Amino acid sequence: MSTATDLNRPAAPPAFQEINASRRFKNRLATILVGGTFVLALAPLVWLLITVIAKGFQHVLNADWWQKSLAGLTSRQFGGGVYHAIIGTLLQGLICAVIAVPIAILVAVYLVEYGKRSRLAKAVTFTVDILSGVPSIVAALFIYALCITTLGMPRSAFAVSLALVLLMIPVVVRTTEELLKIVPDELREAAYALGVPKWKTIVKIVIPTALSGIITGVSLAIARVMGETAPVLVLVGYTTFINYDPFGGSMASLPLLMTSERLTTNEVGEARVWGAAVTLILIITVFNLLGSLISRLTSLKTK
Amino acid sequence: MAKRIDVKDLNLFYGKFHAVDGVSLAVPPRNVTAFIGPSGCGKSTVLRSLNRMHEVIPGARAEGKVLLDGEDIYASTVDPVSVRRTIGMVFQRPNPFPTMSIRDNVVAGLKLAGEGDRKKLDEVAEQALRGANLWAEVKDRLTRPGGGLSGGQQQRLCIARAIAVQPDVLLMDEPCSALDPISTLAIEDLIQELKKDFTIVIVTHNMQQAARVSDQTAFFNLAGVGQPGRLVELDDTERIFSNPSQKATEDYISGRFG
Ligand SMILES: Nc1ncnc2c1ncn2[C@@H]1O[C@H](COP(=O)(O)OP(=O)(O)OP(=O)(O)O)[C@@H](O)[C@H]1O
Ligand SMILES: [Mg+2]
Repeated sequence: MSTATDLNRPAAPPAFQEINASRRFKNRLATILVGGTFVLALAPLVWLLITVIAKGFQHVLNADWWQKSLAGLTSRQFGGGVYHAIIGTLLQGLICAVIAVPIAILVAVYLVEYGKRSRLAKAVTFTVDILSGVPSIVAALFIYALCITTLGMPRSAFAVSLALVLLMIPVVVRTTEELLKIVPDELREAAYALGVPKWKTIVKIVIPTALSGIITGVSLAIARVMGETAPVLVLVGYTTFINYDPFGGSMASLPLLMTSERLTTNEVGEARVWGAAVTLILIITVFNLLGSLISRLTSLKTK
Repeated sequence: MAKRIDVKDLNLFYGKFHAVDGVSLAVPPRNVTAFIGPSGCGKSTVLRSLNRMHEVIPGARAEGKVLLDGEDIYASTVDPVSVRRTIGMVFQRPNPFPTMSIRDNVVAGLKLAGEGDRKKLDEVAEQALRGANLWAEVKDRLTRPGGGLSGGQQQRLCIARAIAVQPDVLLMDEPCSALDPISTLAIEDLIQELKKDFTIVIVTHNMQQAARVSDQTAFFNLAGVGQPGRLVELDDTERIFSNPSQKATEDYISGRFG
């Protein structure tokens, strides 16, 4: 009886359906759009790299380029190098990092570990937000007004570094903040439960856990500020000589060399500008690679 | 070493929310006390208040007394850090420090407290790992990261880490809930071992586990959603599971709850 009714039941429809045509079409459309915008975004970057390398790479293949300055060369003489500007860029970037990184990390630690949602923390976050929107020329003019006009300091590489500090702090605060936030609270609690004081938990557990990411963030930020142009234009004079003193005298840097030598409207100037552009890109690339190498070495391992 | 705990009229709050109401209980030394009860009744909250981990959560606060061998851990002069050094804790999810090796995880408490003698640390590490029944499995890879162990091994690593600082009391919040039955048994055996040296309080949702490992059982319950949780009764585990004095306890244990 029951078997008879079972046999009379209609065959069950297949449980799974095919992907219908409209969904397949939408999927293809989305794939094309995403791929297309990717190519669109990539095109200017590739174009820029090809142009810079095509015009400048031949000039940096020379050992002199990396070891000599332009001292004593007129604007019609080929030869010399950009050592003076490389030193300037590295020195200014380094001084900036030495000042900005500790401040920024402490600010981020305050915001994530201590301030939480307090009024002061909100005010600090707001300030950092504003600072990250400040154009580099405004930062440069602020330092000019503060240090040079008001405090009477001479124009110097150090003033440049101070302006770069203003640009670097918000970037490092933001990345460090995000990285500290993703350190699970369970690790903090595990440390507290062992009788570890809060500050030690932060220094020995929380920061080391986030360290690899923080290093990447810092190296990206350094690379970023080394290409800034407004501060060097406003706050330090250009020179073709090598200067190691950040507190006095003119000091070249790659962006400054490029804007200065751009005024030399002949093949010599062109060679210097494009060569410096390649050099700057190379230095920034090296910094990024170095950053990701260190961050890989310090990253968390499970095996 | 092992000390007794006396809780007197403890009220626990999260901001304005009154989470636990008027708990009083006593835990004798060298004894395992199990906390059971429905989800949200405040077992973890009470447990965390026993070593002042409750107040780590922003806005959380405790009223009442928790006496450790007669000394109030909530007295205004007491440093919570020193309380936590005396009363260790193992969490529901294993949480080894990801930046540290197995050995460093175990001795983290001592190392961060300033102990620098390598030989002593090595000794403590071995002792604690033996104590946590993990030594045989990890003795050849002490320098490997703790995160590379299996879940059950990680949990025993966390127990080793907790006992390495030689606390008087060990608090465990559902230490087996993320583990398979075999690792669970390993940890239950371990609790029986640890009982010789420590006072242990364990939260569990597993009735059989409470019956197997504990000497006395506390049943917590809450009257309704948004109401504070409270201690219904605390008695010898045998009595709780055979002949509880409260109807609510009997209903909960026999599965007739709610
Ligand atoms: N961090 C917190 N902030 C606010 N309220 C909380 C917090 N943690 C717990 N609570 C509340 O306190 C009450 C008790 O929670 P608790 O975690 O102690 O319950 P439990 O008995 O451990 O539950 P479970 O068995 O699910 O772990 C619940 O109502 C919960 O919502
Ligand atoms: Mg809980």
